[in-house]
Amino acid sequence: MTSTAAIAIAGVTFGYGAGRSVLDVPTLEVHRGERVFLHGPSGSGKTTLLGLIAGVLAPRTGEVTVLDAPLHTMSGAARDRFRAAHLGYVFQMFNLIPYLSVRENITLPCRLSAARRERAGDPAAAAARLADALEIGPLLSRPVTELSVGQQQRVAVARALIGAPALVVCDEPTSALDADRRDRFLELLFTQVTAAGSTLLFVSHDLGLAARFDRTLALGALNRAAAVGDPDAATTATTSAA
Amino acid sequence: MLLVALAWRSLRNRALLSVLTVLSIALSVALLLGIEQVRVGVRESFAGTIKGTDLIVGARGGTTQVLLSTVFGMSAPTGSVSWATYERWAAHPAVKWAVPYALGDAHRGFRVIGTTAAFFERYRFRDRTVTFVAGGPPTTDAEVAIGANVAERLGYAVGSEVVLAHGLAAVSFAEHGAHPFRVSGVIAKTFTPIDRALYATLEGLTVMHEAEAASGGLMMGPPTAPTTGPAPITAFLVGTKNRFETLQLQRELNEDRTEPLTAIIPGVALAQLWQTIGSAEVGLRVVALLTLLVGILGMCVALYASLEARRREMAVLRAIGAGPRTIVGLLVLESALLSLAGALAGTALVYGGLAVARGPVEARFGLALQSHALTSVEWGILALVVGAGTLVGLVPAWRAYRASLADGLAPKL
Repeated sequence: MTSTAAIAIAGVTFGYGAGRSVLDVPTLEVHRGERVFLHGPSGSGKTTLLGLIAGVLAPRTGEVTVLDAPLHTMSGAARDRFRAAHLGYVFQMFNLIPYLSVRENITLPCRLSAARRERAGDPAAAAARLADALEIGPLLSRPVTELSVGQQQRVAVARALIGAPALVVCDEPTSALDADRRDRFLELLFTQVTAAGSTLLFVSHDLGLAARFDRTLALGALNRAAAVGDPDAATTATTSAA
Repeated sequence: MLLVALAWRSLRNRALLSVLTVLSIALSVALLLGIEQVRVGVRESFAGTIKGTDLIVGARGGTTQVLLSTVFGMSAPTGSVSWATYERWAAHPAVKWAVPYALGDAHRGFRVIGTTAAFFERYRFRDRTVTFVAGGPPTTDAEVAIGANVAERLGYAVGSEVVLAHGLAAVSFAEHGAHPFRVSGVIAKTFTPIDRALYATLEGLTVMHEAEAASGGLMMGPPTAPTTGPAPITAFLVGTKNRFETLQLQRELNEDRTEPLTAIIPGVALAQLWQTIGSAEVGLRVVALLTLLVGILGMCVALYASLEARRREMAVLRAIGAGPRTIVGLLVLESALLSLAGALAGTALVYGGLAVARGPVEARFGLALQSHALTSVEWGILALVVGAGTLVGLVPAWRAYRASLADGLAPKL
């Protein structure tokens, strides 16, 4: 049975090693097809939260359900397979494998997941289509080291979207871009996310972008372990989530 | 397949470092295999010093001493063997041929051996016979054949006059000047002790000693009785009619009641001697293994050092859905590919080098380097290199594994 929630978090706590909790989120919900802006200043535990949603980290307590998959009950390997099949991820920067070409970077998820490959049809053709739409078509055969930061971020979006994953998570993808390129980037991102029918979770500290999204969540308020206003914890959280 | 592609591209991306790593492993592999080749070559050359002779018989003494004095021209003979004893055994039904050996004279530091024409016919080294570059064996009692080194060092050619001395010292005051010899032939280089010896006839030596006695010169060593037949010899080589009779014959010789004899089987004695002097090869091997260790550690360091720069790459792979095991697999595969390439390159280096060096090495050192297929020892070496290289790859891989679990998607840069 498919629920309407893309992400459902309940009573989740997380800490690194045996240290104190850096994340304590009683509840967080993102609906399918929603474009959610998650406002997370540094120290709010956003990278940790994204790690939990991506299934790279496992919560200490609580439930993390993504696209109806109970990640908190799944093994690490099962979470890796789930992530490969259903999740697109865009980092703030350095998104690409330096020794692969643009095309190879974009099609990489199709080589890790049969589901992604099936949905993409012909990965090379899908990569070309996405690259054209993201205005990086001519760069497909180039080594990624020759690309500008803006071009690299678009390649990262193409890779996150190939094979139409149901959830796309972006972690500060525009923070390295200037205002003009940031707006164009968002436009292209939205178009492609809509085309793929994916849910978008977009994390940024730049509240100026929030207005373009369906809904805005403030992680500082959601996370009871947030370091905001607690200088000691802020240091810990910053180093662990730098 | 994805891992292989990724590992390959990653190594190619760091081409210089990869090539240097492969090169350092290849050199240590080449060193190991090369030493193995030389070791086998030296051992075969050594074992081939004397072939085709089934027994060497000398006066009662140690096996090694009989071998050293007869075959290598080193150390003193164990004593003398009477001509009657030699003749008695030469006529033994199990004996196919016998070659007498009389040691005790020298010429400017080189040994003089009194023997018969049968020596040049029967003696084998590395399955070859004694051949001459000029002239031939001594045929009269005033002729002597000389080894290649003797000819080279003393500048002798066929026809040169040679004055022999009694005793084996380089400088001897007891020169047999009354009976000079003439060089009858120069023996082709054998890379055995033959090169450092002179070969006269038994009669030649007897006549020389008689001439010496007649002219009232110094006589040293056991007094001989020239009037009662041929002089005693120091040893004789024996070829048996049937190899299976060799052991029986050896026992009979050792139990001779009229004269105490020691009969040795050259192959066995050589093998025993090799065990004593061959321990140097262990040292060589240890050095080569240490070199290999350095090569493999170098690879480990190179991979480990590159890890810091690659943590972003690992995080990206994780985000796309690669498990920590995939990361481990990637790094181990990289070290496996590096060591495999190193092993292959090292093998190619050795065989390429052998193809080039075989001729010159044999001409210069008489070392027969065989281009045989890889021996089990060599396969073992290659397996060790690839195995150890792959295992060493686990060190950086383990670190990457721990890091990718702890970092999640946020590598600490």
